[in-house]
Formats: sequence, structure tokens, C-alpha cells
Amino acid sequence: MFSSLGVECNILELDQVDDGANVQEVLSEITNQRTVPNIFVNKVHMGGCDRTFQAHQSGLLQKLLQEDSAYEYDLIVIGGGSGGLACAQEAAILGKKVMVLDFVVPTPQGTSWGLGGTCVNVGCVPKKLMHQAALLGQELKDARKFGWEYSHQVKHNWETMIEAIQNHIGSLNWGYRLSLREKAVTYVNSYGEFVEHHKIKATNRKGQETYYTARKFVLATGQRPRYLGIPGDKEYCITSDDLFSLPYCPGKTLVVGASYVALECGGFLAGIGLDVTIMVRSILLRGFDQEMAEKVGSYMEQHGVKFLRKFVPVMVQQLEKGSPGKLKVVAKSTEGPETIEEIYNTVLLAIGRASCTRKIGLEKIGVKVNEKSGKIPVNDVEQTNVPYVYAVGDILEGKLELTPIAIQAGKLLARRLFAGSLEKCDYVNVPTTVFTPLEYGCCGLSEEKAIEVHRKENLEVRLSITQP
Amino acid sequence: MRHLVRSVPQTCPGPSSHLSPLSSAGRQNYDLLVIGGGSGGLACAKEAAQLGKKVAVVDYVEPSPRGTRWGLGGTCVNVGCIPKKLMHQAALLGGMVRDAPHYGWALQPVPHDWTTMAEAVQNHVKSLNWGHRVQLQDRKVTYFNIKASFVDAHMVCGVSKGGKETLLSAEHIVIATGGRPRYPTHIEGALEYGITSDDLFWLKESPGKTLVVGASYVALECAGFLTGLGLDTTVMIRSIPLRGFDQQMSSLVTEYMASQGTRFLRGCTPSRVQRLPDGQLQVTWEDPSSGKEDTGTFNTVLWAIGRIPETRSLNLEKAGVHTSPTSQKILVDAQETTSVPHIYAIGDVAEGRPELTPTAIMAGKLLAQRLCGQSSDVMDYENVPTTVFTPLEYGCVGLSEEEAVARHGEEHVEVYHAYYKPLEFTVAERDASQCYIKMVCLRKPPQLVLGLHFLGPNAGEVTQGFALGIKCGASYAQVMRTVGIHPTCAEEVAKLRISKRSGLDPTVTGC
Repeated sequence: MFSSLGVECNILELDQVDDGANVQEVLSEITNQRTVPNIFVNKVHMGGCDRTFQAHQSGLLQKLLQEDSAYEYDLIVIGGGSGGLACAQEAAILGKKVMVLDFVVPTPQGTSWGLGGTCVNVGCVPKKLMHQAALLGQELKDARKFGWEYSHQVKHNWETMIEAIQNHIGSLNWGYRLSLREKAVTYVNSYGEFVEHHKIKATNRKGQETYYTARKFVLATGQRPRYLGIPGDKEYCITSDDLFSLPYCPGKTLVVGASYVALECGGFLAGIGLDVTIMVRSILLRGFDQEMAEKVGSYMEQHGVKFLRKFVPVMVQQLEKGSPGKLKVVAKSTEGPETIEEIYNTVLLAIGRASCTRKIGLEKIGVKVNEKSGKIPVNDVEQTNVPYVYAVGDILEGKLELTPIAIQAGKLLARRLFAGSLEKCDYVNVPTTVFTPLEYGCCGLSEEKAIEVHRKENLEVRLSITQP
Repeated sequence: MRHLVRSVPQTCPGPSSHLSPLSSAGRQNYDLLVIGGGSGGLACAKEAAQLGKKVAVVDYVEPSPRGTRWGLGGTCVNVGCIPKKLMHQAALLGGMVRDAPHYGWALQPVPHDWTTMAEAVQNHVKSLNWGHRVQLQDRKVTYFNIKASFVDAHMVCGVSKGGKETLLSAEHIVIATGGRPRYPTHIEGALEYGITSDDLFWLKESPGKTLVVGASYVALECAGFLTGLGLDTTVMIRSIPLRGFDQQMSSLVTEYMASQGTRFLRGCTPSRVQRLPDGQLQVTWEDPSSGKEDTGTFNTVLWAIGRIPETRSLNLEKAGVHTSPTSQKILVDAQETTSVPHIYAIGDVAEGRPELTPTAIMAGKLLAQRLCGQSSDVMDYENVPTTVFTPLEYGCVGLSEEEAVARHGEEHVEVYHAYYKPLEFTVAERDASQCYIKMVCLRKPPQLVLGLHFLGPNAGEVTQGFALGIKCGASYAQVMRTVGIHPTCAEEVAKLRISKRSGLDPTVTGC
């Protein structure tokens, strides 16, 4: 095939060299492929026979055979969040010409935000600050027992808190822009999507289109909250995307979901004095240790959070417009015919997040996306099935949805691509913490997973119940 | 004029000559006698009892010169760790009361009432005293509230508050009598007018404007929370703060305290304490650098210049137990054995041991297990983590930078460091200038971590986790591969990348 294309090939026959077995070992390490032929085109790993023929079919092979200098950028990163920015900055430090595209599609409610991704704008950072505001409420109560003298009930002002938090986020957005500029990373505030191999179209807020090419691409588009698909959800409900910049106090709130997002949000809203109900379809914190999850829930219940277990909303109706307005929620039991109705000021949906992979032109270049989950399968060097396209962060299939992991993966990826590093990202034994009113930190296996992996008789579980 | 309350229990009359050293057959009352009901003593006693031995604990609190006394549990529970941390918490809560309006809580600055706090703290301590007594009862450990001293190597005489004597003998004896604050008795008025940590935690009324003399963690922790509670506080330091701790970290600790309003008088030593007609105390001190004398007026003078081991009234020479001529602490080997084979010493009273509750507890338990033949494990005193609960807390494990350089040479040591800003400080508009972390490593790959130093909120919680890593021999390479938890302060430890040697700016920026 190569000769028919007029391409000069360098062929290394492993059975004819002395250390062929060693070479095979190293190849396996850097490409995850043990078979031969193992083909590299212009330093990019193609794969074996099948992948190479596929690439020829799709036109990719021809592209790769072209000179490197045909591309404007060494690297284009789509998504300016934790993973994307870490990767882009690392690549720039290594001397590469890098572009980052970041664009926030406004929420159904019209909320948008600046550079930095979910973590900075509508995730970790504002979450932790609101959690802190709620903790302070508890600490104010404690303070009286420790001798601080005030007798009145202290009220919380939502607007004051939001302004302070948004100011801090604004400074982080600014900090990122500055950092990218200092490292000579080109930042484009446009929506990026593939139009053909190695080429993307960037559309800005005004609809203007520009095209860019790069030798390598990293997808780091992250996720956005899911909606229920019931009448009234997009019109009247909010999600975490809206909550952290909501200009008015949400009031009496129904949180739908049992994810850590649901529990953390429900937790701090109750902590600042709001009437909070959490509607849970089945179990709390799926994927986490269930004994711990139940304790997290119990603590919240003891501290005034109401739980409606085994219910799902079927309709949300607006009774009154306002900031906040009044919403009627009808919910159905998952176990029988029972329906309940209740009125809330705000309904916050926290039922999971969907990856932003469906509308970025991946089908045009043949990047495989899991149809059901929307996540992208990658190998252990974060490479997709299309050799010059990589991915990091929340959109990866089978990996963790955490900022520090995305950052680590992004940095290591840049070093492998541009500095000859072989170090891979280690996704095992990553610690995490759920910042519910009583915080839950964990690392390693849940008890259930441990039993599954090692069998009960091989395990010892040590417990301690303490009082701080 | 204040009367000094000092009760002096009579020492036991010496044994009559016909009482010879006891043999293991017959006349012993107990398998194990523990002298001192503090962290180490109680842990040892309970463990031994659990392993089936017949155990007795004797505990007695000699009232302070001021007359303060307390119940079972030792220094930690009564006049140390516990009340210290609770008062530190009270002070921290004051800071949170100030932060709260930034986060939306509608609250004006509020004053602090010492009496409310003291009562709550003292009630909690008393519940712990009670808890310890119940625990001893449950484990069938006999408890005597008597002041013990040796009659001979196997026999101890205890005197109760009322003067009643009891003779106790045991096959094994553990000395865990701890220490008490030192008074600078050469300073006129020190004993009559000054108090120590023994008294501070039991004051029913606010100490008011306070002079803390000393540079120990006790001095800084106390001065720290007193300032945090709104009291006018001055610390007088003769030379350096936190001797024995990493000095760069120590000066950041005091810098933070100064930024919070604690006054420092460096290089000064007090010469005289007098009482003024209005009841206040006038302190005179010397500043050696200028050669001048100065005075100041305070409501309270708190001596925090070190602790001396409780060995003087034990009559150790009757048992043949040797002490260090310099420190007066009891000399022990790796098995905690003294110069007498069946007599042991653990905790603060033992020479060369860290003066920490958890090491005393662990040593006590291991000792009991060894005595009962359950184990041959010896206490490992290496890489013990600790935290100084100053207003900005300082947690550390392993070697200070100075120690590492002294041991290995500067060329063989690499120090990674970072100034960071806790997320919670941002909205609260708090100054984070002293929030700092450094990791002292060997330079040679994989770069073994020799010491970790963390200055910031919740330092104890942060340091505890990393102490496990250091115990397991973590290398800097492994630290680099440890993923952080976001957003926390602790993750900054795993993100340390800038070395001192590089000269680069170690300030953490961005997310």
C-alpha cells in the first residue's frame, strides 16, 4: 500500500534483529500494541494493519504523510477547563505552538461564564465557598457555646454571598487569561468543532466562523448537567450551572438527584437556612461506599434536610413567576401508584452530567464515542481511536470525573506528546472528598468493591465511631 | 495578700529494716503498678488489665502554687491538649465570626465572655475525668488517688490528701508521672504573682491583659488563643521561638501572630514582678541589646518557660532508678526499662522521648503487651507527627530543614516549597502571607522525604495523612504521583514543584 502511494518506508524486521524481543517490549509499552506490523507515520503511531488501512480509507493517512509545517498549530485543545488548560500550558512551556478554544453554551436559563471550565465557574470552587458559608452558619451557633456573645438569630443574605463568590471566580477567569497570554497560548472564545481531519471550525458568539489546523488535538470539553425530559424541566428548573450565580435567593428548594452534586448543594442550601428537600430515585451516592453514603444522608436528615426516597418527578408547573417564583412539582413513587404534589420556589436538577461530545464534529473524523454514555474510549495514553486526537477529563470513558486527575492527565499527555516522556496517568487510588455538611473523604476501594475484588473472607474491616 | 496554697503530703516513713526486697513469690499485691494516671499510664494500665494482669494505677495532682488541682487523666486531659484545643477553637470561632459577614451572615462584631467558655471547657474536662474513672473500673484496674514514692525497688508508699498511707507492691512498676510547668523562682515575685498553664485553663475569670513569658509551643499557643479571644497579649521571648522546631516555620508562626495583634518583646528577660495597689502586676525586664530596663503593667503573667519532670518526690534513689543529671528525666532504654530491670518509665518523664500524648499512649500499650508476653515490638519514635495549635497552625513530621542539612549536607538536600492561599480565605479577605508548605527531601532520586512542614488551617488534619506516607518511606517521586483532593489546602502538598535551590517564586497561582 505504501509503495503504491509512493511513500518511502523504513521497515524494521524484529525477528531479524538481536534484541527484537526487547524492541517489542518497548513498543508494547509506548503504543499498547504487542502485534506486528506496528506502524508509525511521521512519528505518529498508526497502529496495526487494520487501523492503517482504515486511515487510508478515511483520508487520514494522506494527511499524516504531508509535511508537519502544513499545520498552523502543534496542538489545539478544545475546552478550557481543568484538563484542557493544564495540557495547553504544559505544551506551551515545552515550546509548542498551542491554541485553546473555550466556549460556554448558555444554560436554558441563560447563564454563562468565563474561562476555566466547570471547576472554576460552576463546580469545585463556588461549591466549596458555599459549603464554607454553610459551615460558618453552624460555627456561629457553636461560637455561642464557646463564649461569643450574641443573642439574636443570625440571618443569611444570599446576594452578599453570591457577589463575593462571583468576584473571586472573576479573578480566577482573569488569572487564567493572563496565564495563557504569558505562556503565549492562543485563546479563542469560540465553539470548536471538527470539519475534516486536522481542521476545526471556530464559531464565536456573533456567529463568525474561523478555521484552524493542528498536528494534534486534545478534546477536553467536559460535561453539562442533564435534564429529566419531563414537562417543565428546561423552562422552570435550574441546575448547578445556574445555582452558583443565581442573582436571587432560591428559597424553598427541591433538589432532584442523589449524586454528590445533589447532596452537596442540598447540604449547603440547608446550612444557610433554606427549606430543602432532596428527591432520591433509589440509592445515595451511587458508586461510593454505601454504608458511608447512608451516614452522610443521616447526618443531613438530622440537620433538617428532608429526603423523599424512591420518588421521581413527572411534571413541573409554574404557578407564579418571580425571583424566585412558585413551582408545583408532581412526583411518582418508583414502587407503586402513589403520587405526591408539593410547591417549591426552586427546583434544582442534579441527576447526572452528559458529556459534550455529540456536537463537535467527531463523526466527521471518525472518533469513536460511546453511543449510550457519550463518553470517549481512550487507551492508557489518552489516545482516541484516531491517532492524532487525544482526550482528557470528564469525557473519558471509564475514568474519574475529578479536576486533579484531569490536570494530571493533561500535563502528562503534553509531556508524552512533546517531550518524549513515557509517564502515564495513574488513575488508581485517587482520593476524593464529598463536601456534604459532614464531609466524606475516601481513597481506594469501597467495602462492596473490596468484597467483589478480594472476597469477604480475605478482608478485615476496622471501624471507629468518634466525636470531634 | 494572697495565700499560697500548698499541700505537702508527708513522705512515708522508711521501711523498717526487716522488710527485705520482695521476691516474686507471695507478697506482691499487683502484677503491675502504674504511677501516674495520664496518657501513658492509663493506656499501659488498661492494656495490661485487658491482657489479664492485676493492675493498679496511682494518680495524684499536687496543687499548683496558685492552688489549682484536677482529676484523673493527666496533663493532656486536664491542663494540656484538651483544654488547649478547645480554647484554640474558641479563638478560631472568633475568626469565623469575623469571616461570616463576607459570606452573607448578618452579624456585627461580638465580644467574648471568658467565663462561659471556661465553664464549658472545664465541664468537658470533668466529664473526661469521670470517663477515665469508669474505664478503669470497667477494665478492673484498681485506682488510688494517692501521692506515691518508692520505699524500695518493689514497694511504693502512697499518701492520700487526708494523710492516709497505703503500701503497694508489684512485680513490675511503670513510672508515668509526666511533668509540671517550671517557675523562674530566681525572679522576684514569679511564684507569688505569676500563673502557668496549670492554672490558665481553670481560671473562672478572664485573665485580662496578659504577659506570656516563654517561646515554647505552650507560650505561643496560649498567647495565640488569648489574642484570638480579644485579650491584650504580649509574648516575651528570651532568644528564639519554638526551639527545636524548624526555624523558618517558627518565624512564620510568630509573624502571623504579630499580624493578628499579639505583641512580641524579643530578646528580653523579666527581672521582677510586683503587685500594684490596684491589683495589677508590674513586670520589669531587661533588654540585653540596649542594656535598658523597661516595665509594663498586666493583669496576668503566665510563665511558659518549659516543664520539669515529676521525679523529685518519687524517692527514686530508694529504688535505684537513675535520672539524667541535666534534665532530671528518668533514663530508659529502647524497651522503656530504667536502670532497674522491673521498673519502666514512659511519657514526658522519660529522657529522650517526644513530649506527646500519642507516643506515650502507644509506648504504654506496647510496654504492657511486652510485659504480658504478647509481643516483642518496641516503640518506634521516628517520624512522629505533631502540630502546634497556634492561630495559624503548624504541622510537621520528620526532620526540620536545619536537621536535614546537618545530617546530610546542603548539597544532598532538596527543599520544595510553596506559598498558597486557602480558598476560604479569599471571600473572607484574610491575609494568607504565612500560609506555607515545605518538603525536605534527599536530592538523590527517588528523593526520600525527610520532613514535611505545613503552616495553615487544619494543619493537624493535613499532617496526619502525610505522616503515614513518610512512615512508609515515601519519596518525592511518589508524592508527585499522588493526586490531590480539590479544592483543599492539603492538595498543595502533593503539588509542590518549586525547589528553594531554583530560586523561582514559590507562590501558587490559579486553580
